[in-house]
Amino acid sequence: MADQKASTSIEAVQSGLAAQGYIASRQIATAVYLSQQIEKPILVEGPAGVGKTELAKAIAAWRGMKMIRLQCYEGLDEAKALYEWKYAKQLLYTQILKDKLGEVLGGAQTLHAALEQLHDFGDVFFSKEFVEPRPLLQALEQPGGCVLLIDEIDKSDAEFESLLLEILSDFQVTIPELGTISAITPPTVILTSNSERDLGDALKRRCLHLHIGFPEQRLEERIVESRVPGISQALRRQMVGFIHEIRSLDLKKLPSVSETIDWARVLVLLQATELDTEMVKDTLNVLLKYEADIEAASPQVTTFIAKAARSNVFG
Amino acid sequence: MRENLHRFFRAARGAGVHVSPAESIDAMRAVAQVGISDRAVLRDALLLTLAKSQDEKLALGDCFDLFFSQPEPRQDQTESDSEENASQDPDQSPSSGSASEAGEGQPPEGLGPLAQMLLSQDRNAIAAAIAGASGAASLSDIRYSTQRGIFSSRILDAMGLQRLRDDLDALTATNPALAERLRAALDALREAVRDTVSQGLALYAREEAENLRNEILRNAPLARIERRQVAEMRALIRQIARRLRERYSKPRKRQRRGHLDVRRTLRRNAAWGGVPFLTAWKRKHRDRPKIVALCDVSGSVAQVSDFFLLLIHSLHEVVDDVRSFAFSSHMIEVSEILEKKSPEEAMAEIMSKVGFGSSDYGSSLVDFEKDFMSTLTPQTTVIVLGDARSNNLDPRADILRRISERSKRLVWLNPEGRLAWGFGDSEMPRYATFCTVVRQCATAQQLERAVSDIVATYQ
Repeated sequence: MADQKASTSIEAVQSGLAAQGYIASRQIATAVYLSQQIEKPILVEGPAGVGKTELAKAIAAWRGMKMIRLQCYEGLDEAKALYEWKYAKQLLYTQILKDKLGEVLGGAQTLHAALEQLHDFGDVFFSKEFVEPRPLLQALEQPGGCVLLIDEIDKSDAEFESLLLEILSDFQVTIPELGTISAITPPTVILTSNSERDLGDALKRRCLHLHIGFPEQRLEERIVESRVPGISQALRRQMVGFIHEIRSLDLKKLPSVSETIDWARVLVLLQATELDTEMVKDTLNVLLKYEADIEAASPQVTTFIAKAARSNVFG
Repeated sequence: MRENLHRFFRAARGAGVHVSPAESIDAMRAVAQVGISDRAVLRDALLLTLAKSQDEKLALGDCFDLFFSQPEPRQDQTESDSEENASQDPDQSPSSGSASEAGEGQPPEGLGPLAQMLLSQDRNAIAAAIAGASGAASLSDIRYSTQRGIFSSRILDAMGLQRLRDDLDALTATNPALAERLRAALDALREAVRDTVSQGLALYAREEAENLRNEILRNAPLARIERRQVAEMRALIRQIARRLRERYSKPRKRQRRGHLDVRRTLRRNAAWGGVPFLTAWKRKHRDRPKIVALCDVSGSVAQVSDFFLLLIHSLHEVVDDVRSFAFSSHMIEVSEILEKKSPEEAMAEIMSKVGFGSSDYGSSLVDFEKDFMSTLTPQTTVIVLGDARSNNLDPRADILRRISERSKRLVWLNPEGRLAWGFGDSEMPRYATFCTVVRQCATAQQLERAVSDIVATYQ
């Protein structure tokens, strides 16, 4: 019985995401479902443009939660990702409070008494008022929970990874002056990576590892269907088939789902009803981002269109 | 199922997927969530929790399919005609329509359970019995292919082979036709058990076998590697290089070390109104590694130099400041080739330029002194990889002395054993006096240790 309920929940994830225009494969839905159930972040790997970032957006929209995004880059550090002290505010306050200090200590007769009084104020300057929360801390402080997207983690330095470990495993951070801050509601964490750099084992261990590759033809058709409503079914099939042919070439950058969607939009704009060689050649720059790739693909266009058309007959 | 999952984790480790206890707990939790009835979902869940890279996912997926193909046949083998079925059927082809019922009715009383089971043709029961007996014989302990026979007979014993033999003897006298059938069924059973054991071997023994092979390779002399092992050896050295890189590669940032850290200074002094009583400094950087590698690629060490070059190639990835030189009778700089090209291309190019010649250490050292002496600084570590066999030509040890004087350390890695040094045309003893360290470096393991030591001194 238990698994009956469980499997419907995976389907619930699938339909929930679909309602936001994100067509998830079963594996993606399973990952999202599991990350919810066993409270683990998802590390999403795969080529650019297959919908890694979109997944986080779709989850946030589906659950009606805020999405907090942290874009990683080389040199990203604690101060930009986690929290920073508001130095200017601290300085300004010391200036203002200089005068107040006299008043506060006015009643004290001896140095010792003045010191006692000062102790009562404690470490006011390192209190929450002077902390500037950055994305990670913000995510922990959301009362209703949120979706935390740590984008392109592979672009950050190895040190930054270790900084994340505490958050990823326990949903808490430790600020030396303040102590440990735990999440009010554990955020749903999505990390994305293009595998530019190998991530540490410690990080990988804390995450569910999801690999999103290029989708299968049917799935991609459904994605196009949901994203580009105006496109006819015949054209959709044909163009997706064509793109699958293109992906079999040895190119610098293979067209991914985002390019498929862009191309579908362009074709709709051009009011195309079916692919023809001229038009494909004219719009190839939407799909392929390198001159060399376009040159490599151009001679094949006619054959690919024919192949795509043929596969339609059977599909 | 718990038991089954644990066995699967072992199998996954066998397939090269690193499954730590914490990961197996995660997997258990995940499985508890999704249940085990839907195999596709179970597969997804295990792949998500256990595999940490795309390669691991593929390996684990294969492992999953292999592992869970075991119990699966219980459902569908009864309907579909497997080969086994076909091999047994001819005996009873007249009554094949109702084979199982007819079989069930026939066996006379007094036969052992195994004989009953075989004669009744109940595939579910037989498969279950094999699985149970494999458990009893702890098939998951199988390590080497030579153990196949032992495990097969253990499983058969656990299923009650002894009793079956007695039954067979008894039947041969009383009911030869039935005995014949039973014998055929026993043959089929043996075959099924053999398959089970092979599958077990494929599942559980891979890691062990691989470790063993790697261990042997690691300690095998580089020069005596057989042709078919070269590819594996390369993979192994690549692995070593990767490990070195992971251990020693430096974080890419931190160029501005030794400067005033304004932010931390301000923060520290906020309590004094921003008057900088205490200053904070960015960390001072460590000694920058400078390595100059001289690699002998002459005919006598040709096979070893392949591995040397591979290792230098990885040094280039680990350490920022490496200059590499290759020589047999004259010396050229190969840093750029090693940096720009893939290991295979680089090695091919270097070998085609200076490789396979007869070695002349003297004139190579002259080349070095003439063109590249200025690359040496008091921080440089010089590594020489070669057998110091100079075809009885002038070794020019004086140049090596000057190299040694100009640099911080001079390390000589020699693929020959100590016993051979100084015999024949080996100039090793003469060179050794100017070296900080001289090491034999004939196996992958020694190579790894040597390079690891060199790099570690800079950390």
